[in-house]
Amino acid sequence: MRRCLHAYAGRVGYAEAADLQERCARLLKDGGTVERLLLLEHPPVITLGRNARSADVLHDEATLESLGVAVHETNRGGQVTYHGPGQLVGYPILDLSPDRRDVARYLRDLEEVLIRTLSQFGVTAGRAPGLTGVWVGPEKIASLGVHLSRWVTTHGFALNVNTDLSRFGLIVPCGLRGAAVTSMQRLLGRTLPLEEVAAAIVPVFGEVFGREMAPGSPPVAPAAAPALTEVA
Amino acid sequence: MRVDVIMPQMGESIAEGTLTRWLKKPGDKVARDEPIFEISTDKVDAEIPSPAAGTLVEIKVQEGQTVPINVVVAQIETEAGAAAGAGKAAAQAEGAKAAPEGAKAAPAAQAPAAKQPPAASAKPAVPAGGGSDGRDRAPQAEAPAAPSAPASWGPGPSASREIPKASSLAGSGSTVDDLRRVRSSPVVRKIAQEHHVDISRLSGTGVSGRVTKKDILAAIEGGAAPAARAGGPPDRPAPAAAAAPRSAAPAPVYAPGQRSSIVPMTAMRKKIAEHMIASRRTSAHVTTVFEVDMSRVMRLREEHKQAFQERHGVKLTPTPFMVRAAVEALKAFPEINASIEGDNVVYKKDMNIGIAVALDWGLIVPVLKHADDLSLSGIAKAVADLAERARTKKLSPDDVQGGTFTITNPGIFGSLFGTPIISQPQVAILGVGVIEKRVVVVQDAIGIRPMVFLALSFDHRLIDGAVADQFMAHIKATLEQGKFAEIV
Repeated sequence: MRRCLHAYAGRVGYAEAADLQERCARLLKDGGTVERLLLLEHPPVITLGRNARSADVLHDEATLESLGVAVHETNRGGQVTYHGPGQLVGYPILDLSPDRRDVARYLRDLEEVLIRTLSQFGVTAGRAPGLTGVWVGPEKIASLGVHLSRWVTTHGFALNVNTDLSRFGLIVPCGLRGAAVTSMQRLLGRTLPLEEVAAAIVPVFGEVFGREMAPGSPPVAPAAAPALTEVA
Repeated sequence: MRVDVIMPQMGESIAEGTLTRWLKKPGDKVARDEPIFEISTDKVDAEIPSPAAGTLVEIKVQEGQTVPINVVVAQIETEAGAAAGAGKAAAQAEGAKAAPEGAKAAPAAQAPAAKQPPAASAKPAVPAGGGSDGRDRAPQAEAPAAPSAPASWGPGPSASREIPKASSLAGSGSTVDDLRRVRSSPVVRKIAQEHHVDISRLSGTGVSGRVTKKDILAAIEGGAAPAARAGGPPDRPAPAAAAAPRSAAPAPVYAPGQRSSIVPMTAMRKKIAEHMIASRRTSAHVTTVFEVDMSRVMRLREEHKQAFQERHGVKLTPTPFMVRAAVEALKAFPEINASIEGDNVVYKKDMNIGIAVALDWGLIVPVLKHADDLSLSGIAKAVADLAERARTKKLSPDDVQGGTFTITNPGIFGSLFGTPIISQPQVAILGVGVIEKRVVVVQDAIGIRPMVFLALSFDHRLIDGAVADQFMAHIKATLEQGKFAEIV
């Protein structure tokens, strides 16, 4: 069984996390075998996927800046989304070759991981036909957006655990006007430590993807990003 | 030589992709496996690496365009000596006469596929089981909006599925098995799958060790003969004999204790479903059926087939006769070669005939452009060419668009006649049933004649029954009495 190293990295800046993913993916593409599941949260940031329409960001950059929200363009699929404190972000860096080279299957597998994890917390979540993501009734609890290069994955999922949902009002999430978002906190009426949810995701991830999960900190950048040294 | 870069298939259920961005411009040098464009499907963005080292010479699909998988999006001119990657790409074209000609330089670049033995090239030139006959066959009705892609229709999952030719997504993870698969044709892989034979265990006698059809048939002990093909040999007047039942989907898996199995539809399935329903909702479908005596056509075919093949390099099948007869009738009844836009009727000067072609991995409906300008041999050659390019994945988006009338052939599977669903925005579709000998009354005597039922589904909004039936009578007359003078 392939091994996949997992780590909860705490709060990591968006650009930093992008670099980190890129490094891990590069190693894998250059013949490495170490796959990773990076779990973390971001400071407030709006990210624009490849299919994003600028009209889906409802405020200008100055306004967003005054709210402490950064804006980033990314190379993931999907449209506009919001990341911020209380949201558990997962970046699996996997090599889908040779047996999982199917983007739709990959998305469904990511959804499966989240659906099963949520059920452990008593949240009954599911899929909405044609709308990638994880839904609780008509409300979206997790979003997906993926980038592939030679079947090596970057980006991944964002699960609203304790996310300040009002921040989604800054955008049209995923280009779906009027789509409501929800969080575990709202559904369960209590705040959950992100570490706890991250810890629950890991074994489920291993199960769904057929990976042996082991703890392991991500490679440190040559010019070391401090936030990452504390990982583990 | 030139290497095609194609829209890769990013998953079982993915029928098309949107090209979001070119990372290289025409004239740019590219290294093998260097990302050259990006595509997106649903929530996934992917960089697609170059299949070969060389220079990007032509971009055929622009940013923002969505095209079916396997459509050529660009071409790369490989540098001298860099033929390795190119050779691989060429080798993947089924039956292609392999690569050594790679050394032979540029202008002939497109040739390897075209140079196939005539027998092979004529094989799929049969109009094949159309999906528009109202049953669940195939993506014919897909043509109008998104050209149907040769995917998802095959007998089953991965084993028979073609690896996107030039995608070289295998780049990082190609296995020995991949290479073996690449080295055998879809026909061979299909046979292998049907007979549960592991190709990688066979030693091939073909070019660079390819496992040929002969090899695999030899390997199948008592090998119940040339394994059935969806297309069926076109030169057999009774395709009933050729049509092997082939399941459209993998066998459902039932969880223990479950009496049913819920499986999401594939992207292509959904698209077909949408188009079928949209067409039903749009047109007032009526179907009329005529029975035609094919004696004359079959006799002409018999008389001329050898000379025809020698002269034109393609087999003479009943298809060009059907196309020819339809074109003649379309000339006489222009409202059949039309469409409705709002309160207007749009008559089409060009007669562009969509023809369903069976492929080993599915079905596609390329469009025979300006069929009215073509002679019988011209039609035969154009159909063979389209079929060939469908098979070697060299169809351009343009090849599957712009149809004004469609011919589908459920007869390939033995159907007497169907009631096809119109491919929007066209207003009629001709379904050709099985051609078989039947007992008929000929001049008050009982005779045995090769007969066929032709079914025309037409849009009653525009076409009255009288017109449709006269149109069919015209086709019948052409097939039964036509001179087809210029055959050879």
